[in-house]
Amino acid sequence: MTRYAVRRAVELVVVFLGVTLVIYLMVFALPGDPIRSLGGDRPLPDNVVAELRARYHLDEPVLQQYLRYLGGLFTGDLGTNFSGQSVASRMESRWPVTITLALTAWGIEVVLGVLLGLFAGLRRGRAGDRLVLAGTILATSIPVFVVAVTAQLVLGVRLGWFPVAGTSEGWPTSYLLPATVIAVFGLASVTRLMRGSVVDTLQSDFVRTLRAKGLRQRQVVGVHVLRNSAIPVLTFLAIDLGFLLGGTVVVEGVFNLPGVGQLLFQAIRAHEGPTVVGVSTALIIIFLLTNLVVDLLSSVLDPRIRHE
Amino acid sequence: MTTDTTPAPVLRVRDLAVTFRVDGGRAPDVPAVRGLSFDLAAGEVLAVVGESGSGKSVSTMALLGLLPGTATVTGSARLGDLELIGLDDRALSDVRGRRVAMIFQDPSNALDPVFTIGYQLRETLRRHLPGLSRAEARERAVELLRMVELPDPEQRLKFFPHQLSGGQAQRVMIAMALACDPEVLVADEPTTALDVTVQQEVLDVLRRLRERTSAAVVLITHDMGVVADLADRVVVMRHGEVVETAPVHDLFAAPAAEYTRTLLAAVPRIGTPERPSAADTRERPALNVEHLVVEYKDRRGRVVRAVDDVTLRVQPGEMVALVGESGSGKSTLGRCALGLAPLTSGTVEVVGTRLGRDTPRAVRAARTRIGVVFQNPAASLNPRYTIGESVAEPLRVHAGLRGDALRTRVAELLDAVELPAAWASRYPHELSGGQRQRVSIARAVSLDPDLLIADEPTSALDVSVQATVLELFRSVQQRLRFACLFISHDLAVVDELADRVAVMHRGRLVEVGERSRVLGAPEHDYTRRLLNAAPVPDPAAQAARRSVRLAS
Repeated sequence: MTRYAVRRAVELVVVFLGVTLVIYLMVFALPGDPIRSLGGDRPLPDNVVAELRARYHLDEPVLQQYLRYLGGLFTGDLGTNFSGQSVASRMESRWPVTITLALTAWGIEVVLGVLLGLFAGLRRGRAGDRLVLAGTILATSIPVFVVAVTAQLVLGVRLGWFPVAGTSEGWPTSYLLPATVIAVFGLASVTRLMRGSVVDTLQSDFVRTLRAKGLRQRQVVGVHVLRNSAIPVLTFLAIDLGFLLGGTVVVEGVFNLPGVGQLLFQAIRAHEGPTVVGVSTALIIIFLLTNLVVDLLSSVLDPRIRHE
Repeated sequence: MTTDTTPAPVLRVRDLAVTFRVDGGRAPDVPAVRGLSFDLAAGEVLAVVGESGSGKSVSTMALLGLLPGTATVTGSARLGDLELIGLDDRALSDVRGRRVAMIFQDPSNALDPVFTIGYQLRETLRRHLPGLSRAEARERAVELLRMVELPDPEQRLKFFPHQLSGGQAQRVMIAMALACDPEVLVADEPTTALDVTVQQEVLDVLRRLRERTSAAVVLITHDMGVVADLADRVVVMRHGEVVETAPVHDLFAAPAAEYTRTLLAAVPRIGTPERPSAADTRERPALNVEHLVVEYKDRRGRVVRAVDDVTLRVQPGEMVALVGESGSGKSTLGRCALGLAPLTSGTVEVVGTRLGRDTPRAVRAARTRIGVVFQNPAASLNPRYTIGESVAEPLRVHAGLRGDALRTRVAELLDAVELPAAWASRYPHELSGGQRQRVSIARAVSLDPDLLIADEPTSALDVSVQATVLELFRSVQQRLRFACLFISHDLAVVDELADRVAVMHRGRLVEVGERSRVLGAPEHDYTRRLLNAAPVPDPAAQAARRSVRLAS
């Protein structure tokens, strides 16, 4: 177990360094000069430009800048944008929005996905199963922004069931619609995975034993099949939580939610390299940590992993 | 122990029939069991014997309503005064585990892997005896584990199934089946997936249970040795029908039905007369293993020695049997000879090429001189290839045969394994297990190998099929005169085939010698244990062996 933990930690560091470096390089490859664009339409005097470049270390080679940035990270500094604001403080107020959104979406995936998958798996080949499968194909084939805009128009504007945009009405009212929209894709995957897992589990020898010892269907499914089938699904759910946190960009844009995704979106448009890198780095850390947590969680569900 | 003295049987089955709806009713229904009738007396062990597809498992599953929805069950099965056939699932689930309990073939998969065995035992108790308190349920669970002779029962309650060996898991299954003192215990191939010495322990447990519980036992098995060891009466089934019902001594002494006689004759027994060996000792050995050590690291990083200082030679034309139980290292040794396992130290020389020292190119070339036959022909043949393509592949790749020459050679090879040449266009799923194994043999000998490695080639087959495949194997070997390393756990099979026998135990070679010497007068204690553990298909002899063993 310790060897495993050490290996995982090393992997985590390597992935972290690799991904942040790629993002850093990509941001600097973006066209346009961020310093000159600070002045808007008015051209900045050359000496001001030079001074700003020096202040933000833009006159150094990229790799040196990256190392400087990494050094800052270890002291908890996510960097400063070109207006002198710390990236961390800009994100601070936005985290609750994004986390609420992602967790709501994740909750929808877990509850609905597991239940729909269980339902379809138990009625394999029958009408209910085919309906669920057709639904998952439909859900995965429509792009997120189409779903987002359509849902906003139909359920928000026309029917008025949900607020059209913003967070003024708080959780859950303001979050339900955008969360459902980003959950759609993952929900379809969770449903299909769970369905396949249930079908496999139902065919296993131990389910026959459970029935042979007289357990009622409710107990066989509710206790044994559910837990055994959930193990492979859990791994996917973990990865998806990270994906949801980072994948809120489009939906926060459409529904005008002041979250981290929206900040990232605005930062990319404004060529604010430090903000882009800072937000991405924070998202990467969250992604890596959720994965680690879920690996530990699956060992709780599955004793065979625990005893390795 | 016959039924004449007992007035009312525990279970009375009359005209039981099971048919399966196929392809949603578009194809005609397939009958699996027809007209099955038997009585089960209290305290009796009734063996239901037959080969795969004979309907022996299906009929007992049908009694408890455990068959899929495509099955239709008719007839009558009275448990005491309760008619089981036609009972709804809710009422049947009260019977299952309470009045009729079952144990199955593969114990390591028959328990839920994510719950402790204590939980699974208590769950059964709670289901049928809801009045039991937590402490009482726990106490009863410990008592049950003690009854099946599992050491440290209190500690074992906290174990998960994967922490138990196969034999231990099967004891837990038996304990769970006996939890509510059932009237009938159905044991479906209870020892088939276990090693012989473990099988013996489990059979001992089952036998001693007769003194401790009143349950009547229906023992479903294909193993005549197990029948001879445990059963009072025997029902022989074939193609879903009863061929013969007789007390066990009568059945073995004077089988009435022709099929029973064939079945008994097909069972391999130790004691084959001397036969000349075709081994050529002047030539260089086809396989020469010297001081071989194979170690690997398990998932915790501990070093496990799978093969420990093994020296073994197989001469051209010689058939050497490598015998041992699961985990003995016999299959690892086989893989080493194919160059598929890393050698830690020692040397392996195959058809004149030294693995590990000669170039990969030379090793690859040597591999074309080796044929392999694996245990499960269903898994080792590509399901998307016709059997003709499977046999042709090595010829095309290594011998460069094309067109008519290739077709002719494939036809010859299929003919050599007694399959019609016209079958070349069939797919593996259209063949029976025995026929598929013939295809595997044809493929293995297609390049006229110098060495053939056969890893448990007949363990997945029925006895009557096994007998014909073994005969074929022997005749092909004598004709082509290749050296053969035959890996097996079945000493009786080995006795029919091998020139020399090598016994492996925990990675070490404990005994090597001429077949008749090793099996007739074993020197090593472990070899003797193996020989004594396998039940012989003769009730009188088996009873004598049992009393000798238990007395010592």
